[in-house]
Amino acid sequence: MALDTSNKREFKVVGTRVQRPDGIDKVTGKAMYGADVTAPGMLIGRILRSPHAHARIVSLDTSAAEALKGVKAVVTTADLSTPEDDYFADIRDNCLAREKVLYDGHAVAAVAATNKHVAKEALKLIKVEYEILSHVTDVDEAMKADAPIVQEGRADESVHEGWSQNVTSHFEFGHGDLEAGFAKADKIVERTFKTAATHQGYIEPHACLASLGTDGRGELWCCTQGQFLVRTKCAEILGIEASQLRVTASEIGGGFGGKTTVFIEPVALALSRKAGRPVKLVMSREEVFRASGPTVSSSIDVKIGMTKDGRITAGQAKLRYQGGAFPNGTVEFGSQAAFAAYDLEAVQTLGWNVMTNRPKEISYRAPGAPMAIYAVESVVDELCQELSLDPLETRLKNAARKGTLSSYGPTFNDIGLVATLEAAKTHPHYSAPLGKNQGRGLSCGFWFNFGGNTCVSLNLNSDGTVGVVEGNPDIGGSRASISMMAAEELGIPYEKVRTVITDTNSLGYNDVTDGSRVTFAVGLATIEAARAAIKIMCSRVAKIWGIDEEAVVWEDGCAKPSGPNAGEFPPMTIAEIAAIADNTGGPIAGHHEVNADGAGVSFGVHIVDTEVDPETGATKILRYTVFQDAGKAVHPDYVEGQMQGGAVQGIGWALNEEYIYGEDGRLQNPGFLDYRIPVASDLPPIDTVILEIPNPGHPYGVRGVGETSIVPPLAAISNAVSRATGVRMTELPMSPPKLLKAMSER
Amino acid sequence: MKNFHVSTTINGDDAEFICTPDETLLDVLRNRLGLTGAKEGCGTGDCGACSVTLNGRLVCSCLVLGAEAEGAEIETIEGMADGDDLHPLQRVFIDKAALQCGVCTPGILVAARSLLEKNPEPTDEEIRYWLAGNLCRCTGYDKIIKAVQIAAAEMRSV
Ligand code: FES
Ligand code: FES
Repeated sequence: MALDTSNKREFKVVGTRVQRPDGIDKVTGKAMYGADVTAPGMLIGRILRSPHAHARIVSLDTSAAEALKGVKAVVTTADLSTPEDDYFADIRDNCLAREKVLYDGHAVAAVAATNKHVAKEALKLIKVEYEILSHVTDVDEAMKADAPIVQEGRADESVHEGWSQNVTSHFEFGHGDLEAGFAKADKIVERTFKTAATHQGYIEPHACLASLGTDGRGELWCCTQGQFLVRTKCAEILGIEASQLRVTASEIGGGFGGKTTVFIEPVALALSRKAGRPVKLVMSREEVFRASGPTVSSSIDVKIGMTKDGRITAGQAKLRYQGGAFPNGTVEFGSQAAFAAYDLEAVQTLGWNVMTNRPKEISYRAPGAPMAIYAVESVVDELCQELSLDPLETRLKNAARKGTLSSYGPTFNDIGLVATLEAAKTHPHYSAPLGKNQGRGLSCGFWFNFGGNTCVSLNLNSDGTVGVVEGNPDIGGSRASISMMAAEELGIPYEKVRTVITDTNSLGYNDVTDGSRVTFAVGLATIEAARAAIKIMCSRVAKIWGIDEEAVVWEDGCAKPSGPNAGEFPPMTIAEIAAIADNTGGPIAGHHEVNADGAGVSFGVHIVDTEVDPETGATKILRYTVFQDAGKAVHPDYVEGQMQGGAVQGIGWALNEEYIYGEDGRLQNPGFLDYRIPVASDLPPIDTVILEIPNPGHPYGVRGVGETSIVPPLAAISNAVSRATGVRMTELPMSPPKLLKAMSER
Repeated sequence: MKNFHVSTTINGDDAEFICTPDETLLDVLRNRLGLTGAKEGCGTGDCGACSVTLNGRLVCSCLVLGAEAEGAEIETIEGMADGDDLHPLQRVFIDKAALQCGVCTPGILVAARSLLEKNPEPTDEEIRYWLAGNLCRCTGYDKIIKAVQIAAAEMRSV
């Protein structure tokens, strides 16, 4: 049997625009999301949340709530287990506060009752006595030596002596001689930027249905990006064994990184264990904003030197990220990503992770990268303005390419940045005329991408059709892509494959749907599983024909003799092989387990035209084009969808979206009315250009495409606004009042 | 709290339910009638995921009380297809990948159908303004607007 293991570039199924398998369910209202299921005897859960930004819980009395008719269980942190690992203990303490409440909205206790009215009444009967403590919500304030301390003793060994206790870790990346680099520059620009925290803003709030017996055996249905991770965390927090908790992922109504942890699931399980009945727990939108993970807010200094002809001589960035009330690691990604697009002789990034009295940060699409690259790309643009250089040519001149020593350590392999920039340069958008009050901006974007732990089973059915079993929730059409890759490899029509996403008891561990990993890693494992099945099929056929296994090849869904020397046999189709499998050795399946690396980094370039209203300071997006390297676009519609969706989230970040805290440390805008995400009428069409520079780490050259697209809009829009108004904004979002003020001070 | 007994018509069929005075139509549909196609994205009228029509008028069902449905004609996403025959909007949404996670899709389809009933030949801008009350966080709206245009053209040609 011979298989082509080199990078394949001719495709029959991959690259077409097939219909997704879950389409009909989703357009008819049949698809089951987190809040759409019920169970016999189900109770309704509700959570009591802190009205304070920072307070000690002096006493907590739940007896009156417990006594209310219809209340079947009340839980506090005392009903949870004690994980040894800080990582799990933090998640537990975020789910239900222990000793202190650390932010406005922090969960304190929960009830399960026969209906939501009773549950609501019961919450009012829980008596909490708080001792209010001083709080801090701004990252720069939190780093001051005399800042209120969010949690004590949480700094790791990277933190220098004398720093605020709110600093929990510190990172440093780079290479070369900075001083010498800056000395070579004709122009140096140094700026400080601030970006607001934003929320992932998925339209489906967190929801789950939990059932846990006192024997530790449980079932959990929830909307999540990773059922296996939910199982691990819940098992740790509840003190039960992983094998006893089966987690099934519902259809998921958006996640963008925000559903890669647990908030309500352990609470629902604890309530169910206590009540002896299933408990449904669904967050309100207000709870989603106040208590599920937003992204970090940041404060960043960038200094870049450039020669007159546009060569960057040195770059430095200092990044300070607050990630809420617990230690987080996001600044590491930001520090690594900041200068990734550039080939630099001298570069340094320094990063500080900081705690504040805000909700615990969780990943949001390319976590840590958008704000870092916003700051760098703004300064690069300002240098181009100062030196009268074309911003695209300047980026091409400095672009990272194959062989570049990246600013964060690795040397780049095949990457698509130069191709992407070239495509942008020749695109009509870049040379289209602009009107009054209009400006054009551009920015590069980058994300590392991830592979990770992946298991796939591929089962041949007796009629020759195929079932693929995988473990990663499908957020944006991945089941279609996985079926396409299985069909491609097997040489059968797409319609003959059905991919399902299974529960935690039916497959080995899969990492969460994050890091743009699914099409890459699950795709890779699916292709390998198909190859394993093909190998079995070829050996079965070899037996039937009485020839050597090596003399059978697989082509177009059939086993064939490899050449005239192998003998004369008519091809056997997959259906024929399947039909007689019982007689040739039993069921046929292929599977593959891998901790995949070689994900292949992803670059993109965005061009945007904006018009700023001089009367109001409102910015309108007139035209938008996204250029991105997909390696190989398996389903181009959904690749475009990722590029467009990320771009629009970035537009929201640049112009509107922000967590606003009052003096009292309370979130002032926990709803879609005041936390304004882009709506259809805010936007023009989002045009897309897919580049395909094959990723050598994947059999079909695939790279993840999900995250890079949120990175460039922040700087691209700021750069466009600067060119439209002559004002360089250094704070996001550029809301109309802020921009108007800056314009009037010009 | 005294409950209401409500008689109404949902997707052309008679329906009856009991609800509390403060219960929303969305809660009734989802929790009492098992019609979970309409989603609760916010509960405050800001996301449109709960869109249905009430006597032909597009409403956020989270802002309507169950009791207000007395004697009304309600259309939900569950009634949009005719048996196994999808509405052109539904078909084109699948064909043109106008959904990613799909949680906004029922609301957007109901809203788009209501637009095309009033205005069979909308401009892109009219579609964008009509759908401005329906949040979609995944798609950036581009493919949604295109799909509505294609479906509208198809519906005009029959
Ligand atoms: S749930 Fe009704 S508008 Fe959001
Ligand atoms: S497709 Fe996910 S919110 Fe619209």
